[in-house]
Amino acid sequence: MAKSPEEEHPQKVFGWAARDSSGSLSLFHFSRRENADGDVTIKVLYCGVCHSDLHSVKNDWGFTNYPIVPGHEIVGVVTKTGKSVTKFKEGDRVGVGVMVGSCNTCETCQQDLENYCPKVIFTYNSLNHDKTKTYGGYSDMIVVDHRFVLRFPDNLPPDSGAPLLCAGITVYSPMKYYGMTEPGKHLGVAGLGGLGHIAVKIGKAFGLKVTVISTSPAKEDEAINRLGADSFVVSTDPAQLKAAMGTMDYIIDTVSAVHALAPLIGLLKLNGKLVTVGLPNKPLELPIFPLVLGRKLVGGSDVGGIKETQEMLDFCAKHNITSEIELIKMDYINTAMERLAKSDVRYRFVIDVGNSLSQ
Amino acid sequence: MYNEQEHPRKAFGWAARDSSGVLSPFSFSRRETGEKDVTFKVLYCGICHSDLHMVKNEWGFSTYPLVPGHEIVGEVTEVGSNVQKFKVGDKVGVGCIVGACRSCDSCTDHLENYCPKQILTYSAKYYDGTTTYGGYSDIMVADEHFVLRIPDNLPLDCAAPLLCAGITTYSPLRYFGLDKPGMHVGVVGLGGLGHVAVKFAKAMGVKVTVISTSPNKKEEAVKHLGADSFLVSRDQDKMQAAIGTMDGIIDTVSAQHPLLPLIGLLKSHGKLVMVGAPEKPLELPVFPLLMGRKMVAGSGIGGMKETQEMIDFAAKHNITADIEVIPIDYLNTAMERLAKADVRYRFVIDIGNTLKASS
Repeated sequence: MAKSPEEEHPQKVFGWAARDSSGSLSLFHFSRRENADGDVTIKVLYCGVCHSDLHSVKNDWGFTNYPIVPGHEIVGVVTKTGKSVTKFKEGDRVGVGVMVGSCNTCETCQQDLENYCPKVIFTYNSLNHDKTKTYGGYSDMIVVDHRFVLRFPDNLPPDSGAPLLCAGITVYSPMKYYGMTEPGKHLGVAGLGGLGHIAVKIGKAFGLKVTVISTSPAKEDEAINRLGADSFVVSTDPAQLKAAMGTMDYIIDTVSAVHALAPLIGLLKLNGKLVTVGLPNKPLELPIFPLVLGRKLVGGSDVGGIKETQEMLDFCAKHNITSEIELIKMDYINTAMERLAKSDVRYRFVIDVGNSLSQ
Repeated sequence: MYNEQEHPRKAFGWAARDSSGVLSPFSFSRRETGEKDVTFKVLYCGICHSDLHMVKNEWGFSTYPLVPGHEIVGEVTEVGSNVQKFKVGDKVGVGCIVGACRSCDSCTDHLENYCPKQILTYSAKYYDGTTTYGGYSDIMVADEHFVLRIPDNLPLDCAAPLLCAGITTYSPLRYFGLDKPGMHVGVVGLGGLGHVAVKFAKAMGVKVTVISTSPNKKEEAVKHLGADSFLVSRDQDKMQAAIGTMDGIIDTVSAQHPLLPLIGLLKSHGKLVMVGAPEKPLELPVFPLLMGRKMVAGSGIGGMKETQEMIDFAAKHNITADIEVIPIDYLNTAMERLAKADVRYRFVIDIGNTLKASS
């Protein structure tokens, strides 16, 4: 007979979980494995609320296995390390992102692309090597294989730095892979939310000209005066779209709702690249003619490997890039999720787990 | 009568008068040989599927009367005073474009096919405001920059289709890096474009799988064209077995068709390149694109420098199209058969021997 979440493992822990697709979260007692030789035990201080957490608790993508403890933008402090761990010691400030394991042997893993390993283990709603469920960072502590723990730079605040662990790497990785780092080139960022606002900051740090493309005219002031974007296009305004046609070398599309690709493809120059990092729950319409006539491409990208995530954290530390956050207590999470569903947040909720999660 | 008097030199061809697409004899005129012009007697002209789309105005920009044909080969009869590259008697060809602005970034990069002011070989406006007429005609006059040299060892009739089908498939194999020995590339659709794509890819040392809805094309694909394997796209089991095996796919299909199974065939980081141009948008499933960091791109013909490079490559590797030579008065029947994909794999009109002013 399968063991209950509380009995599965020897260490008793607690967190907040959703039990069904209403997505409503509440206190949940469960357990985690003993710290093995290659493991690091982390007391969770902060955890970002990623839109994927919302999709997952509501089973929007159809593969949620309840109960689910979300959270994959985790920053904490090391409390224990296994015998074979050399990179970390007790007291170190560390981060954990969207994955906690992979096969470690395939070609993809060898190329430091663990996120694309066919056997990747996600931080929550996945299966460990021992086939027990993974539970995420809305919890008091987590035990992680040292190979999937990031060193969190000292000069990055742990609360506003937490979202970098998913949002940060999600936009940084395709910008490197698709060559969006040439100073002077023009980057469009579609959607100004958790992903989008960090894409603007990273784009500016690469020396790019950045235009925010959004359905909300109200975001223009923030985009330009606070985040440093060079310009703003309201995508529902045909005149503004027309004026910007064929002006962008690349676009990072962070929008996770179903939306039209045709206008975005029109904004690209010849050989332009549109990279989609949002995850709509239905297919999008892709017009082929404009791709053929302009040799343009639409690519996808999904977080990044551990090595690149560390590189991104160090890059952000160097350029003082953090997320704009609203710090919340654990018991605010259901309200936060409702507000997130309406994009009512500037631009990421971060749970003050260390100070507000209690039994 | 107007068409016959527009220019000083009488010309003759077959044209469509309206969107029924029916072609018939048509008297018109061509300009005198200007100082940079090359005049040649047309010997053969390939029938591209685009010609069929255009005579029926399926893309909405046809101007009638319309003389199609952009896979044109022949023999030079006159050169202008400032022509450097060609002389009388040379075997030459003209493809899809006969003009461009010659000063924009695209033109400077030898990408005349992406110039916003490119002039198509037919149904377009030339620099002097007159309509361009294509190769279903007895003579052509073209600026030497847009004329290709056909090497002696390439038979003219089966070299003609290279001028559109050839460059359309050669260019993306090079640009998207799908030309490295040992790579595995899929070719979707075994028609005019597809069969030439197979030959080019094999000559580049690439392993080729043909993906088709027609099981009866297998023997041809493997025994005659040299493909390494053949996948029937409706065979679920075989498609499943081929998941994640291809570095790239060249998709030549211009009808509406699903992209999801093709994206599944790609390895991680794989590239699906569309060279067929379905009229309506296709459904783009976003999850698989992201989960494998894959991309969908478009590509359209190629610039003049690359077209010459492609012809020289074809000459070196003895690559020509598989054709059915037809007399001009078979033209309407050929168009009907082409609409049903009933041709192995390109019709080529024997203009030199069968197009006479009196026919």
